[in-house]
Amino acid sequence: MIQALTHEDVRRLIKSQELQSQEAVWQELGWKTRNGCHVCRPAINYYLIADWPVEYQDDPQSRFVNERKHANIQKDGTFSVVPRMWGGITTANELRAIADAADKYNVPTVKVTGGQRIDLLGVKGEDLPAIWDDLTKAGMVSGHAYAKGLRTVKTCVGTDHCRFGTQDSTGLGIKLEKKLWGSWTPHKVKMAVSGCPRNCAEATCKDVGIVCVDSGFEIGVGGAAGMDVKEVQPLVKVATEDEAMEWVVAFVQLYRENAKYLDRPYKWIAKVGLEWVQETLGDEAERARLVAAFDLSQSIYQKDPWAERAKAEEAKKFAPLADLTLEAAE
Amino acid sequence: MSWIDIGAIDDIPLRGARKVKTKLGCVAVFRTDEATVFATSNTCPHKGGPLNEGIVHDNKVTCPLHNWVLDLESGEALGADEGRIETYAARVENGRVLIEASLLGRQAA
Ligand code: SF4
Ligand code: FES
Repeated sequence: MIQALTHEDVRRLIKSQELQSQEAVWQELGWKTRNGCHVCRPAINYYLIADWPVEYQDDPQSRFVNERKHANIQKDGTFSVVPRMWGGITTANELRAIADAADKYNVPTVKVTGGQRIDLLGVKGEDLPAIWDDLTKAGMVSGHAYAKGLRTVKTCVGTDHCRFGTQDSTGLGIKLEKKLWGSWTPHKVKMAVSGCPRNCAEATCKDVGIVCVDSGFEIGVGGAAGMDVKEVQPLVKVATEDEAMEWVVAFVQLYRENAKYLDRPYKWIAKVGLEWVQETLGDEAERARLVAAFDLSQSIYQKDPWAERAKAEEAKKFAPLADLTLEAAE
Repeated sequence: MSWIDIGAIDDIPLRGARKVKTKLGCVAVFRTDEATVFATSNTCPHKGGPLNEGIVHDNKVTCPLHNWVLDLESGEALGADEGRIETYAARVENGRVLIEASLLGRQAA
């Protein structure tokens, strides 16, 4: 039988045959290449991380440069650095640290992003560990602006400041971001929480968007504003913040376990059907299982990649292996 | 041929690469197997992408900017793309990585 396996087949076989390494996948599923290619390696690495968070070791050599370097490569080979700003909230101290870093490393462009944070563009690869060290010391962590993972949770000011606010949208956004950051997903995941249907956080075009109303929280999924523009589809309406958190986490985990690598939630939902997603998540026991599986994965993967790589042992890998231009002339 | 020692093989991740600065420009040293290395120009013939940041598979590297695939043995771009990178002699001896000394940019005595 020589028939190409689909990604969905591969995911099913990784689970059912308990394949826990890339070598096992290549061997058992009859790969024709020696060790895959730039298309399959990141996908298989993701599937193994998602299905075997405890057993499998993440392979940096099977990741695109951005996820390996924890920064976005730019067209001139420099990188961009985006620290996390929980729910779009920052402080004078954080802003000072960002401004100091911009000065110290001669950052040519400082840009406010659409995800409510600040992008330092044009940082040299060799400077990355040092700039991370400075930002880490000011209490910031990676914003994962380069990751197939949780990006931002955009919020409006909600009941704290707005006269129309029905719930604490900023607070819920911060809670969601603190819960979900550091998780790897099939594609990037963007979220938002708006404090009322006026929707200032543009929640209705996010992968997960919450609109607060007087009676609770309307959770929509499968929105997008990229190559395709999609409005979210209603997933569920819940009364409390805790329920909102539970549903969002369970949704993300269901997506992590089932979607094809590089399918945004809207593409995945179009394949499996919103009804199936709603039915699966509507089962309380399954929801609890999904949340527990997500928490287990986070116990391993929710760690700041910048802090780890700012340490001397790791930082030296960002420098050239050798500099022969310094060799003394004879 | 004379050689120059640039570091330990274990300083290059398996199926990964490191950059070496030379007087002739940046060179990428790839480790495609436990004890197999290749040295090439680090600059992609398409638009100059840094090849040491690419994904290494078989004896090939995929450029991180627009996914050109380059053969590390011949230096040729594969598939529909046309272009070539300079290749240099490289080998592993006693756990050390050696590359051709001409990369020092001076004539051997
Ligand atoms: S979405 Fe509603 S609560 Fe939030 S800022 Fe806009 S008007 Fe105010
Ligand atoms: S620069 Fe390498 S593929 Fe475009």
